[in-house]
Amino acid sequence: MATVELRFSALPEHVRTARLVAAAVARRAGVDEAVLDEVRLAVGEACSRAVGLHRSVGITAPVKVALIEEEKQFSIEVGDEAPRAVPGAGPSGDGGEAEAEAEAEEDEMGLAVISGLVDDVEVSSGEHGGLIRMTWPTTPPAVVLP
Amino acid sequence: MDLSLSTRTVGDRTVVEVGGEIDVYTAPKLREQLVELVNDGSFHLVVDMEGVDFLDSTGLGVLVGGLKRVRAHEGSLRLVCNQERILKIFRITSLTKVFPIHTSVEEAVAATD
Repeated sequence: MATVELRFSALPEHVRTARLVAAAVARRAGVDEAVLDEVRLAVGEACSRAVGLHRSVGITAPVKVALIEEEKQFSIEVGDEAPRAVPGAGPSGDGGEAEAEAEAEEDEMGLAVISGLVDDVEVSSGEHGGLIRMTWPTTPPAVVLP
Repeated sequence: MDLSLSTRTVGDRTVVEVGGEIDVYTAPKLREQLVELVNDGSFHLVVDMEGVDFLDSTGLGVLVGGLKRVRAHEGSLRLVCNQERILKIFRITSLTKVFPIHTSVEEAVAATD
């Protein structure tokens, strides 16, 4: 399994917890201190997006975050269970459309931030949900001489 | 850390001092504050972000929404920010072209263009 796994109810207040845990595990894994701010922001964006997707379709399942320490790299996977909407099948009515549009804009902005921050990112989605995988290089801890 | 908000008037400008973390949880509070100010007739806003520890795209969305609202009344929304990690988010989203960003409240309040 992943080094640390986190599952949380799709509520905005828990996104901060995910950020803090991800940054702590990333630091331990050897991600450069200068990059930790980016890790925090990127995982926050991915989790906010997942929370938004779950809430918009009323999914009660938790958002999943996997923090994976590997040789020379550290990865974070944020998974949602929101099936991707079929184009044209969105909510109708004036308010609904405007809201859906605003949500879509926020979603795009979140992805824009992630792709601007993280060099190695994969976004996939299907009828059972989506996954964002972000990877950072790690540096092995310096050997402390006795 | 939660979000802190306070407002004060300087001439014809309203300075909104923001502190803490602006994210998906706290951004609605900032949105409410900006909407309330515009509804009350404050159309020239200066958002002081010097006390902000964290800003994500939800926060950016709220600021863009605020800008749209004040512009509808021929107003302005200026930001005060010197923190590199916050400025970086504005740069990667190209929002530095949208918001006038100042290094001090004094400079933002005095700016007219």
